[in-house]
Amino acid sequence: MTTAQHDAFINTHHEDEHHDTGGDTVFGFWIYIMSDCLLFATLFATYAVLSSSFAGQITARELFDLNFVLGETALLLFSSFTFGMAMLYANKKQMKGMIVWLSITFLLGLSFLGMELYEFYHFSHEGATPQTSAYWSAFYALVATHGLHVFAGLIWMLVLFAHFKRDGISEDNLVRLSCLSLFWHFLDVIWICVFTVVYLMGVM
Amino acid sequence: MSSHDQVLNAQHSHGGAAHGSVKEYVTGLLLSIVLTALPFASLMFDLFSAPVTLVVILICAVAQIFVQLIFFLHMNTSSEQLWNTTSAVFIVLIVAILVVGSIWIIEHLNHNMLMGH
Repeated sequence: MTTAQHDAFINTHHEDEHHDTGGDTVFGFWIYIMSDCLLFATLFATYAVLSSSFAGQITARELFDLNFVLGETALLLFSSFTFGMAMLYANKKQMKGMIVWLSITFLLGLSFLGMELYEFYHFSHEGATPQTSAYWSAFYALVATHGLHVFAGLIWMLVLFAHFKRDGISEDNLVRLSCLSLFWHFLDVIWICVFTVVYLMGVM
Repeated sequence: MSSHDQVLNAQHSHGGAAHGSVKEYVTGLLLSIVLTALPFASLMFDLFSAPVTLVVILICAVAQIFVQLIFFLHMNTSSEQLWNTTSAVFIVLIVAILVVGSIWIIEHLNHNMLMGH
């Protein structure tokens, strides 16, 4: 590297540090989400391969309740919408509206997680635990990984509430909220795949 | 435009979060509701024969994924979103190889294992 090139490099780098490049941060987070897709792809592939390996034990069709899954789906879909509304208020720097919509999102997400945990409890009670068969191992691995992501999103939301209380709608907080919004919408997209591949195709 | 401004603009165009509108979110929500209700209804009320149901379910899922990518995640082909979209297309390719490849290979493996019986 010549001195001139080196200087140019240092200068660009310098600029990066000085102007908080929210766009770059959000793009970096997008790349993380894309790599998270690979994690889910692996779990979906495993699930698909083991989709009929019940080992003579209880099958998915005996346990799945579509009404229940429809409820979970509605909660997550509406939470994706309410997060969008919170994002709009945040962009307009309207703190109150943003907090209200984000709180609704949090409650919807929490209800979804509650339903999922109840479902796991119910399934285990009926004799379908992760140890029951290869199918149920794959089922719990896939659905619980999505659930863990939702849980992480909820924790992140709580942390953001504290940030907003302390600093208001600052540039930094907007970037944080944008990243969480990408994460939350992404989880809804994954859930579309889950309810289609696991539940709908599972009862067919 | 000074070089300083150009640097800022260049950074801005690296992508990230595009802003939506209420109309966009409401449209996305309504389309998602329809695309969720249809596959659930077709199974719950036995609207179609089994192969048709499968096709309906899969088409609705893919359509809803696109609806959410466009209306909630605001993906588009504008230059600000170029790298987001490029990386997403790349990941879709990798995911397709991973999932389709796994199913394909294991199906064949299962088939060959059963030949011995």
